Amino acid sequence: MTRRLALLLVLGWALWLPLRAGAGLTIEITSGVEGATPIAIVPFGWTGKGQPPPVDVAAVVAADLARSGRFAPLPRKELISRPTRGNEVNFRDWRLMGVGSLLVGRLLPLGKGRLRLEFQLFDTIRGSQLAGYSLAVTTAHLRQAAHYVSDVVYEALTGERGAFQTRIAYVTVTGKGKKRRYRLQVADADGYGQRTIVTSTEPLLSPAWSPDGRRLAYVSFEGRHAAVYVQEVATGRRTEVSRDKGINGAPAWSPDGTRLALTLSRDGNPEIYVLDLRTGRRRRLTHDPAIDTEPVWEPDGRAIIFTSDRGGGPQLYRIPLDGGRARRLTFEGDYNSSADISPDGRRLVFVHRDAAGHFRIALLDRRSGEMRMLSDGVLDESPSFAPNGSMVLYATEYRGRGVLAAVSVDGRVSQRLRFQAGDVREPAWSPFEKR
Amino acid sequence: MSIRTTVLAGIGLVLVWLAGCTGMGVTPRAGGGAPAEVVEAAPAPAPGGGPAGAAQPEAGARTSGAGGAPRFQGMSIDNPASPLSHRTIYFDFDSAEVKDADREILAAHASYLSANPQVRVILEGHTDERGSREYNIGLGERRAKAVARLLEFMGASPSQIETVSYGEEKPADPGHNEAAWAKNRRVEIVYVMPGQKRDEP
Repeated sequence: MTRRLALLLVLGWALWLPLRAGAGLTIEITSGVEGATPIAIVPFGWTGKGQPPPVDVAAVVAADLARSGRFAPLPRKELISRPTRGNEVNFRDWRLMGVGSLLVGRLLPLGKGRLRLEFQLFDTIRGSQLAGYSLAVTTAHLRQAAHYVSDVVYEALTGERGAFQTRIAYVTVTGKGKKRRYRLQVADADGYGQRTIVTSTEPLLSPAWSPDGRRLAYVSFEGRHAAVYVQEVATGRRTEVSRDKGINGAPAWSPDGTRLALTLSRDGNPEIYVLDLRTGRRRRLTHDPAIDTEPVWEPDGRAIIFTSDRGGGPQLYRIPLDGGRARRLTFEGDYNSSADISPDGRRLVFVHRDAAGHFRIALLDRRSGEMRMLSDGVLDESPSFAPNGSMVLYATEYRGRGVLAAVSVDGRVSQRLRFQAGDVREPAWSPFEKR
Repeated sequence: MSIRTTVLAGIGLVLVWLAGCTGMGVTPRAGGGAPAEVVEAAPAPAPGGGPAGAAQPEAGARTSGAGGAPRFQGMSIDNPASPLSHRTIYFDFDSAEVKDADREILAAHASYLSANPQVRVILEGHTDERGSREYNIGLGERRAKAVARLLEFMGASPSQIETVSYGEEKPADPGHNEAAWAKNRRVEIVYVMPGQKRDEP
C-alpha cells in the first residue's frame, strides 16, 4: 500500500484527481415563472428504519424543473395529500387543484449504503401513468439519481431530452497579488458537487468540453505564456496541445472530437487554425490582418463561426472548412462577439453591445434573422448553450463580483448561481453523456 | 543503455517535470486530499554556511551564521526624473493606437535599448474588462505589437523585444468603472536585465 502510494506521489500529475469541494453555490431564481406548467412533486417515502437518506430527492427534482422555466412545482404546503405510490393517488383531487402532472416515489433500504429508488409520473387528467422506474443506487449517488428522475419527467412531459445530469465547467478567481489563484472547476448543472481540476497562479480561461463530455480543452498562462491543454476530467491527465509563439487560445472541439479549432498568432496576428489531435497537423483557416478568434463549429462540422474585426469592430462571420470566403452574420450594433451555437444549429448566442454601451447576451434566430436580448446586465459575457438548447449559461457581474447566470432561451426565466467567494467566470455547459 | 539506467533516467525526467511544475505555478492534484498550495522553492543555502543555530560543537561554544547583508544596485532606468521610469502606455477603448504624448517616452526606451543591446523588454498587452475575453486577448496583443513596432522603428532591435497579451485577465485596477478601465487599457514595458530572471510584474 505504502509502495503504491509512493508511486502515486511520483506520478502525481497522472492522477491529478478532482477534489471535492463543499457546496459553495446557491441558485436564486431572479425572474418570472409565468406560463410555466404546474406540477406536484410529492416528498418521496422512506420505508427504512432510522435516519432518512441525506438527499431530499423530491426537492432536487422540484428545483431542477423550476430552473428549466417550463415547470412550476407546487409549494409543499399546498400539497393536498402525500401519496408515495400509484394506488394511493386520488386523481380527482389533483385535477380539481389544476395540477395535470404528479410525481410520487419512495426509497427502500437495500443495506450497505444502497437504496432502491422507485418513482411514477402520472397524468391526472387521464388518470394514467406516463413513466415509472425502479433503480438501485448508492446513497453517495442519490443526488445524481434525483437528476435522472428530473430528466425522465422533463422528457415525458416536453418531448425533449432533459439536461439535468450534465455538468458545467467554469473558472474561479480568488485572492490578490501573490495569493491570487485561478481554478478551473467542474460541477453538476445545478452547481452542486464542485471539484477543482486545475489550480494556477496565472490566468486560466476558455474551457471547452469535448463532444463525449470526458475532456476539457482550456487556455493556461502558466509560465507566463499562453498554451492550450486538453485534460481528462475523470483522471486529471493532461496534454499540452499548443504552445506556439504569441497567442494560443479559444479552443473549440469539432463535433466528431478529432480536431480543435484554435486561435494562434504565430504568423503575426490572430488567425483561426484547425488542429488534428491525432496527427498534430494544423491548417490555417483565416487569412486577414484583423483579429480572427473565438471559433465555434457548426453542428455538421462543415463550417466555423468566429469573431473578426475585419469590418472595423468585432462581428460574427462564418467560414466553410473546405474553402470559400468568410461571410458576415451579424449587422446590428458595433460589437458582436464570442458566439455559441445551439445544438440544432438554428440559433446563435453572443456578446452584444447595445446603444447604451451595455454588454449583453443576444440571441439570433438564423432563419428569420431576428435578434433579441436574453440578459439585462452591464458586463455579460461567455454565453454557453445547454446541450438540449433549452437554456443559456453566461457570466455576469453582481454587486461587484463575477457570477454565473442562466436564462431560458425564451428569456422567460433567469437565475443567478451564487458562489461563496471570489469571481466566477467563463462557464461552459457540458454535452450529453452518451446513452 | 541498460534497463536500470533507463528506469533511473525515467524517474529523473518525472522529477524534473514535477519540479518544472512548481516553477510554472500550477498545482497538480494528488488523490483527493486537501488542495495543495503552490509552494515557492526555498532558496539554496549559502555556500559554507550551515543552517543557522544548528551547530552544537563540543566545549559549549555555539556558532551561528550572520546571514548575508543585502547589496543594493540602483539602475538608471529607475531614475524618477527619466522618461524611462514611465513604463505604462495607455489606450482608448477598442483601440491600439499609441497616443502622440507617449511617443517621446517610447523614443527614450528605444534609445536605451539601442545603447544597451544586452537588455531585453517584454511588452505585456492588456485591455479593460468589457467585451469578450478571447477577443480582448487579440486586442492586447495588437497593442503590444503597436508598441513593439514603434520601439523598433525608433532604434531597438526586434531580438530585444518580446510581446505577450493577457487581455482583460490581469487588470491594474479591479474596479468596474471608466476610471478603472482607463488604467487597464495598457501596455506594460517590463525590463529584463542581462543575467536577470524576469521578476513579478
